[in-house]
Amino acid sequence: MNLFGNAVRWRSIAKEALDRTAIVAKFLCLLHVANTYICTPTLVYGPSMLPTLNLTGDVLLAERVSHRLGKVGPGDVVLVRSPVDPRKSLTKRVVAMAGDKVTFVVDPRNSDRVRTIVVPRGHVWIQGDNIYASSDSRQFGPVPYGLIEGKILCRVWPLDGFGSLNH
Amino acid sequence: MSPAFNPGSDTSDYVLVEKFCLDKYRFSHGDVVVFSSPSNHKEKHIKRIIGLPGDWIGTPNLDDVLKVPEGHFWVEGDNSVSSLDSRSFGPIPLGLIRGRVTHIVWPPQRMGRVEKETNQRPLSSLQDRPGFY
Repeated sequence: MNLFGNAVRWRSIAKEALDRTAIVAKFLCLLHVANTYICTPTLVYGPSMLPTLNLTGDVLLAERVSHRLGKVGPGDVVLVRSPVDPRKSLTKRVVAMAGDKVTFVVDPRNSDRVRTIVVPRGHVWIQGDNIYASSDSRQFGPVPYGLIEGKILCRVWPLDGFGSLNH
Repeated sequence: MSPAFNPGSDTSDYVLVEKFCLDKYRFSHGDVVVFSSPSNHKEKHIKRIIGLPGDWIGTPNLDDVLKVPEGHFWVEGDNSVSSLDSRSFGPIPLGLIRGRVTHIVWPPQRMGRVEKETNQRPLSSLQDRPGFY
């Protein structure tokens, strides 16, 4: 009798545990889908986008819908998978789209030499705002549009820089 | 990619693509992968990996030898006569890969594992040197 009562209690506890686990699992799935396909916060750091982004790290909100619809254009700050190391993601600004002519200073620290390139079909030209400390299309050339992973909407952290990025 | 895939003009193969390989981006020679086309991000191609970063590729139609840059790979279709691949658009960034093909799932008479064929190898591969990994 006591044994039977215990069994019933354990069964209801187990059922409740299973229900709660199911809720957590569904929430995590939803979070994963939202992060991958809709909108996600990302931590970015490095000197290549000064003064727009800080050296020591900003949390930005990136949306992952526009690039699938082809709505990324010049002036947008985007998240790009690095063509040099696919395990890293870069944050740079799109300067030119396919078919545009880009004129850029090859190495601003050492010389004033300028080159002009036409961006091939299906590619974009990305540059960091801080051209003195940025490894971007001036070094590795135009990148295929398929490497773009998201467009930055606004800064979330630090709070005193909250809001859209100024150009 | 005939005859490994789509051997006749009326049959279209359906394949299983696994995405776990995208975690570490570790691929081997002979893997068949799906990747976004570098000239049109909406198109996807399926080709076989011939060269990995650091490999030297001999291109007979250009009479040249070129080294696959860091972070890129070289693909060729099995049907080299009519295949638009790295011989036309050059080495492709690894970031464009969307998955690796493991099995053919339809039509039923062609169901089975997709084998890694390594009869086409690069001229020199970093992996051939002892103690690479």
